[in-house]
Amino acid sequence: MTEVTELMRPEGEALDTKEVLLNLGPQHPSTHGVLRLVLELDGEYVARVDPHIGYLHRGTEKLAESFTYTQIFPLTDRLDYVCPPSNNLAFALAVEKLLGIEAPIRSQYIRVMMAELARISGHLLITGALPMDLGAMTALLYAMREREMIMDLMEMITGARMHTSFCRVGGVREDLPDGSIAKIREFCDIFPNRIRDYERLIEGNRVFMKRTEGIGVISAEDGIDLGISGPNLRASGVDWDIRRDEPYEVYDRLDFKVITRTEGDCYARWQCRVEEMRESVRIIEQCLDQMPEGPFQIDMPTIAFPMDKDRVHCSMEALIQHFDLSAYGFKVPKGEVYSAIEAPKGELGFYIISDGSEKPFRMKVRAPSFVNLQALFGVSNARYLADMIAVLGSLDPVMAEVDK
Amino acid sequence: MSVDASVISTLIAERFGEAIEDIGVSLGVHAFAVPPDRIVEFCRFLKEHPALRFDFLSDICGVDHYPEAPRYEAVYHLYSLPNKWRIRIKCRLGDPPRVPTVTGVWRTANWHEREAWDMYGIRFEGHPDLRRIYMWEGFEGFPQRKDFPLRGYKDELNPFGAEGPAPNQPDLATKDIPSGGRTTPER
Repeated sequence: MTEVTELMRPEGEALDTKEVLLNLGPQHPSTHGVLRLVLELDGEYVARVDPHIGYLHRGTEKLAESFTYTQIFPLTDRLDYVCPPSNNLAFALAVEKLLGIEAPIRSQYIRVMMAELARISGHLLITGALPMDLGAMTALLYAMREREMIMDLMEMITGARMHTSFCRVGGVREDLPDGSIAKIREFCDIFPNRIRDYERLIEGNRVFMKRTEGIGVISAEDGIDLGISGPNLRASGVDWDIRRDEPYEVYDRLDFKVITRTEGDCYARWQCRVEEMRESVRIIEQCLDQMPEGPFQIDMPTIAFPMDKDRVHCSMEALIQHFDLSAYGFKVPKGEVYSAIEAPKGELGFYIISDGSEKPFRMKVRAPSFVNLQALFGVSNARYLADMIAVLGSLDPVMAEVDK
Repeated sequence: MSVDASVISTLIAERFGEAIEDIGVSLGVHAFAVPPDRIVEFCRFLKEHPALRFDFLSDICGVDHYPEAPRYEAVYHLYSLPNKWRIRIKCRLGDPPRVPTVTGVWRTANWHEREAWDMYGIRFEGHPDLRRIYMWEGFEGFPQRKDFPLRGYKDELNPFGAEGPAPNQPDLATKDIPSGGRTTPER
């Protein structure tokens, strides 16, 4: 086996043990997808870990080079499939920077609101799934109940439950449908109380606490060195949130707290996510309050589809515009851009090199889960095989995003 | 950004002089072109200089500029957590592409470099564990190169792939790359 980082070994070991090689995955419920961990075990202690990824590699970056910019949106959906609106937003922002345009203010609010709904749905999944990995099944079932409410909202707004593809370059696909705002408000009223329920359910669970508190500690220095981002890094005490530090869209008009913890253990990472869901609800409420009337898409016939779909059926110009954009796409000026957003998993960056054509010359996705998964090499205090499961769950990698 | 940009370029010019080319600020990110042999020194300087402190390596990205020469490029995106600055380092590489590893500066570079090796065949010299990361061991060729067909090459598992000569397989045991990987077809 090639070189992999040694994890901390316990001291004063008296029992005589033999090294065993264990294949965890690629099909294993606790790996949250298709991840294979080759573990070198010394008794019950993990001596080395060697993650093998790529089982879900679809070549998103290579495919993107042969797609027009509008066609790439569905590809980005499938990166972090738990929260597609964030991925759509990140990509749309990168292309808009290249084009030098800005989406109308109403669509910016809609996008931010969708991204925050997605953040809640992503965090809900892991706040439920981590206890399930550790044997507490109930939390996941409750989390799924609330996640279903978000799925219904997504379906109402975009027509799709998971792969929304709702963003467009220069706006969103459609305006919010009638009645959706009331539905979102209803969700915002119900949800904070549900978060309290989870906390009571989990924090009173001694098994969960024993298995996460003080386990899998990542120090701030290690975290930065390993490049982890998002709630994983904030749980180690690094006060960094791209939404606040490099505000994009309308985040500079919104009031929210950046949640940090200092412990850096599995429990702190879990707690960070729960707290962030509360902040997301506040952001969504503010979006709904501040959202102005206006167009949901930029008024540029060379880039955006006709806003009124009925015009396509009765106006020659609108039909040509629609056909032209669907068939050929739009040209993007030569240049390169790196644009990062705070996705639920961390820094999601799109690096696009444009050669002036309708298709990107090179699109690189800086996938947060890919980098966060490397933190498996940096954890201390995770000595048992069982701790490895807790660490993996708390890092919250989505394998579709890891493998791109 | 203009103030930061001048601070960064002044400090870099003082230390490195002509060796590092200032490409200028493009869409909010300041870019520099660095010769491959000085990349480690430059990264360490950016990370450790008390006024710059680019302590976070966001990304390493391979680029294939086929049919231009030099053909390959390694692009590094750095972020400074204390200053909230971003910087881009571009490193043009010939064929076969080789560049020293920066895993000694940031541990996170490990997987980024493995990805660039897997997809573009960029050899990061001194990397502790340069294996393929996405493709399976024994896969032939570097799939994200511009001359690699989108659907891959035809074989018994891939009837829809492109017809083509057997790729020039890099010898993984000696980590020795044959020039250019698969031979480039003439246009």
